[in-house]
Amino acid sequence: MKKVFSRPKSLKENFIYHYCPGCGHSIAHRLVAEVIDELGIRGITIGVPPAGCAVLAYYYIDVDMIEAQHGRGPALATGIKRVLPDRIVFSYQGDGDLAAIGTAESLHAANRGENITVFFINNAVYGMTGGQMAPTTILGQKTTTSAPGRDITLDGYPIKMSEILCLLPGVKYVERCAVNSPANIVKTKKAIKKAFQYQIDGVGFSMIEILSQCPTNWKMSSIDSCKWIDEVMVKEYPLGVLKDVTAPEKKKGK
Amino acid sequence: MLIGEAAIRAGCRFYAGYPITPQNELTEYMSENMRKVKDGIFIQSESEIAAIHMVTGASAAGVRAMTSSSSPGISLKQDGISSLAACELPAVIVNMMRGGPGLGNIAPAQGDYFQATRGGGHGDYRTIVLAPASCQELADLTMDAFDLADEYRNPAIILADGMMGQMMEPTVFKKAKPRNYSESFMLRGAGKGKSKIIKGLVLPPLEMEEHNWKLARKYQVISDKETRHEAFNLDNAELVVVAYGTAARITKGAIKRLGESGLRVGLFRPITLWPFPVKALRELSHKVKNFLVFEMSTGQMLEDVRLALQGYANIDFHGRPGGVVPTPAEFAIAVEREFRDKDTYGRQF
Ligand SMILES: Cc1ncc(C[n+]2csc(CCOP(=O)(O)OP(=O)(O)O)c2C)c(N)n1
Ligand code: SF4
Repeated sequence: MKKVFSRPKSLKENFIYHYCPGCGHSIAHRLVAEVIDELGIRGITIGVPPAGCAVLAYYYIDVDMIEAQHGRGPALATGIKRVLPDRIVFSYQGDGDLAAIGTAESLHAANRGENITVFFINNAVYGMTGGQMAPTTILGQKTTTSAPGRDITLDGYPIKMSEILCLLPGVKYVERCAVNSPANIVKTKKAIKKAFQYQIDGVGFSMIEILSQCPTNWKMSSIDSCKWIDEVMVKEYPLGVLKDVTAPEKKKGK
Repeated sequence: MLIGEAAIRAGCRFYAGYPITPQNELTEYMSENMRKVKDGIFIQSESEIAAIHMVTGASAAGVRAMTSSSSPGISLKQDGISSLAACELPAVIVNMMRGGPGLGNIAPAQGDYFQATRGGGHGDYRTIVLAPASCQELADLTMDAFDLADEYRNPAIILADGMMGQMMEPTVFKKAKPRNYSESFMLRGAGKGKSKIIKGLVLPPLEMEEHNWKLARKYQVISDKETRHEAFNLDNAELVVVAYGTAARITKGAIKRLGESGLRVGLFRPITLWPFPVKALRELSHKVKNFLVFEMSTGQMLEDVRLALQGYANIDFHGRPGGVVPTPAEFAIAVEREFRDKDTYGRQF
């Protein structure tokens, strides 16, 4: 009989995810591990997990890892990659981590064109600390620090880090994906693979933003949170390739 | 810049920094010279925070790494210094202190003694703190800082001030020792083997407690083995000045003048501020009863001197904070005044 589904070799054995049921992080981890297997880069990959729900990623993804202080992943990854340019280096960050406290580090690692890969998990809240408003929280979205709903006069607008980074010439590839449906998961995996491949080929900085369900802090069932991504989040954060410098230029057919 | 050259000779191959006066010469030196050595990396970072975390990444990847700044920038680096200590990673951090608090000014000062010797960031940790007082020591201690950081897998700080950065004195670079740091502490990709984790997060309190005690035991070993000080003119001294760095240089100049007017004054100069040379200072108090702590601050090392002497000697204090650098002649007059007026000994401020 053909085995059609098994644990990727680059996920550790015998662990139980600490993630809540229905959380997008565990899917994203698995995809990263599958791609590391497929590219055969387990032995040369170094990961930088964040302060956030994914802080324990080093117990799941079976590559060398060093934890970053909140927001500083891209600075650590820069240090590692400059010293070891032939290794594959990624940082894995939440939206509070990447788009609030670590904005400067994200922006400048991108602007320097560091040849690293950033996985940006956008769940529109601070997951680990209990569901506070994130810079990516949708207008009107209720969180523990925006109880009546996010209000532009008080809280400003949801920040679109992917679009912002696309403005920088040092950034070579940005795609926004989601892990809320089988079709989106397949696309996310393809994007992760492309990003790693670009790093292997020395193309430069890439970031994959992953819209990721947080049923616990959204106070929804797993199924409803998958729907919420399609119905609400995607309107604010449209999916697709936002920048790909190696893509053949499309004809401007007017 | 001496520190930069000494660092490169000691095998430092990664430097990240952000401009701040009075230490820009060092950043500029590293920018120019790191690219001249094989595998040398220089990054002008977007902030001091980014610099220290880049250093953390480089250190984890297995090279000798350094960053430098001055007081306000060192405050920002504390996030990373605490993390380096927690993860037991070596790194060298240079602080060319300036007047503070806040933006303060850019003149030489010694107001960061507490920050440097008490860990500085959050949590239960210490950093090795070396305080050079000459050009020769700037070079020697920078090299030693890398060795100590490696040996104890802990951040080491060079605590100096802008005055020292501007000095010119003949200096000989000693030969650097070969690096002795196990590859097992480095993250270089797991290869075919087991993957490694470097982390400071320890959720169960009992495990965290054990990690804290493990670090504490290491700090105890450092305290037992690594204290350094200079004793100057102590024979028959009636009064001993305790001072480090620039303040100690001023003291040496003053001691000559005081000798001419018949006062026998010695200098006890801590070279390691942490670990503080407690034992040597305490032993000295068996012979001398009058101590004067002199700092370019309102009195920080003073507390360590009090702890070391435990009330067995008179301790007076002379402070010039805010970036004021008194001349040896001015300090000599102050010492004479204090010394003649014995009633003020042990005065609290
Ligand atoms: C300097 C600092 N500030 C605050 C925290 C507390 N903290 C831990 S994780 C986190 C936010 C996590 O949110 P996000 O980055 O969106 O990731 P998620 O947990 O949602 O995956 C915060 C604020 C911290 N660890 N360090
Ligand atoms: S709080 Fe949200 S992001 Fe964190 S583990 Fe639970 S579902 Fe996932």
